[in-house]
Amino acid sequence: MKSIVSTASNFMHKNKLWLLLAIIAVLVILPFFGLSSYLIRVLCMIATYSILALSLNLITGFMGQTSMGHAALYCIGAYAGALFSTRLGTNFWISLIAAIVVGALAGAFEGFVTMNLSGSYMTVTTLAFAQVVTMVAQNWTSLTNGPLGIKSIPRPTFFGIELTTNNGGLYWLVLAFLILTVLFVTAIINSKMGRAVIAIKEDELAAKLMGIETKRYRIAVVAIAGALAGVAGCYYAHMSRYVDPKVFSFDISMTILTIVIFGGLASIPGSILGAIIMVAFPEALQFLSEYRFLVYGFILVIMMRFRPQGVLGGLSKQPYKLPAGVKSKAREAAAQAKEA
Amino acid sequence: MIAQQLVYGVILGMVYALLAVGYSLVFGILRLLNMSHGSVYAFGAHMALMAVTLTWGLPAAFIFTIVATGVLNVVINNVVLAPLRARNAPNITLLISVTGVSYIIQNGLMLTFGSTRMPFPKIFDYGNITIGGVTITSTQLSILIVTLLLFAILFLITNCTKMGLAMRCSSQNPKAANLVGIDVRKVVTFTFFLSGMSAAVAGYMIAGYYEMVYFTMGTAAGLKAFAAAVLGGIGVLYGSVAGGVIVGIAEAMATTFLGSNYAEASAYVILFLVLLLKPSGLFGKDNLEKV
Repeated sequence: MKSIVSTASNFMHKNKLWLLLAIIAVLVILPFFGLSSYLIRVLCMIATYSILALSLNLITGFMGQTSMGHAALYCIGAYAGALFSTRLGTNFWISLIAAIVVGALAGAFEGFVTMNLSGSYMTVTTLAFAQVVTMVAQNWTSLTNGPLGIKSIPRPTFFGIELTTNNGGLYWLVLAFLILTVLFVTAIINSKMGRAVIAIKEDELAAKLMGIETKRYRIAVVAIAGALAGVAGCYYAHMSRYVDPKVFSFDISMTILTIVIFGGLASIPGSILGAIIMVAFPEALQFLSEYRFLVYGFILVIMMRFRPQGVLGGLSKQPYKLPAGVKSKAREAAAQAKEA
Repeated sequence: MIAQQLVYGVILGMVYALLAVGYSLVFGILRLLNMSHGSVYAFGAHMALMAVTLTWGLPAAFIFTIVATGVLNVVINNVVLAPLRARNAPNITLLISVTGVSYIIQNGLMLTFGSTRMPFPKIFDYGNITIGGVTITSTQLSILIVTLLLFAILFLITNCTKMGLAMRCSSQNPKAANLVGIDVRKVVTFTFFLSGMSAAVAGYMIAGYYEMVYFTMGTAAGLKAFAAAVLGGIGVLYGSVAGGVIVGIAEAMATTFLGSNYAEASAYVILFLVLLLKPSGLFGKDNLEKV
């Protein structure tokens, strides 16, 4: 059994690119199979939550700072996009850029406030930040229309074609966002910044001593996470065509965190798998929907007890990929031993 | 008018202080922010409601509430947290676990008692006292007396008993405490019971004060109490009391001058400012550890 698993994992690792392309191809042609618009909508929500989870994974998984207020950045992105589209009448793409910029600014602010904090203090401050954001959204009536929310947000258009769930346009749009997000997050993690961020997770003091400007990176990472949450928020606002402060409650923050933890900290496929399970589960088991948050609670407790690194998290079994031009003596010796 | 609001603020603050003490007790020993504390408080209020509807009379209802909530807290510690501590899990793992526990308790309450707001009979209703234009109801006065009494008990336990000495030792250095023969596990269990007890009293008081009980009542109260605990210097008991009163007064003042919508946010604003300016809090010892 174990050898089958390891063979499969080796096969997947060797043909990673082809497998990914095959999965993407299947996902792209999915709407042609005549799925109901309800099912398409569920898929869209899965992709939205995947983007949110990837964005939170940057903060929590890679940088090791647990945020229990990620809905704040999601909320700010959604409101920014919705307000630009309804008040200023800009088209979706300009609203999207606005949402990204506003989300990044809000993230930078959150990062600035929390840059000296760690552990529980970081967690509670992000939680309080989210509470303040929803409070502002509820009470700044002249801008946000208060608890009534913003209605009839125009649908996104693409060269004059209105994108809906019926023609699959919204699905392809969010799929494109998700693929771009995955590429973007992968690029960040494999860059100098990514290594610095992982160093912060391992030991912030040691990272500082190595000459990494930890505060600057902490602000930057939360700002990037804010920009990604802005994309998700803007997309959500234009898909559901309605936002109100209640949509971005503490429960949403916890759902995103549960996805990240369940899927696996610092695991990109984990975030997507987590989103699929956490979003599809309440939809598939409607009769259990009352128990939804009860189940989330048990997932958090049980995962922390038995597999804190998540389903797909943990150390990779594959050999560490050395940068070009660097040779490992141990690996060369192993290769020679194999030949001999 | 302002004096009247001040009274409201102090009464509210005393209850926040009770909850904040619960955070402080656990934080002092485990360095753990007990996110489930708000839900435990809601659980206490529901237990009180159950005892009251069964017409057990005040003393029996009170004792039942305290014991049930204390036991719940001990169960949380022994079932969820103790195995994690035995594995030397990082602090954040414990934090996420108690958040999960908080969800389980809250939704368990919703499934058993329903999701509507339930009426709760007023406690200690013997009329009003008016001093210099300021009206104090007997309920408010009794809340003040009961909380002060409880603080006195907690103070006596931590400062004048052998268990209290063991608690203070364990909070300074659990390993060293273990070496000199203190059963730290027992101390932690006892601390959780005390913390649950104070949450139960707070739950009973608030349920009787606002005359209602609902399953999400712990979320906001728990956060505000945490803000109070941080403000006073988490881990310092008298700091928590001061922090609670300040948060309560700030909320009452915000209600008067800014409107009730913004009052909800006042505690969070305080929390932000404290963490930015003086993370160790008003009475906390500096450089204990990095926040």
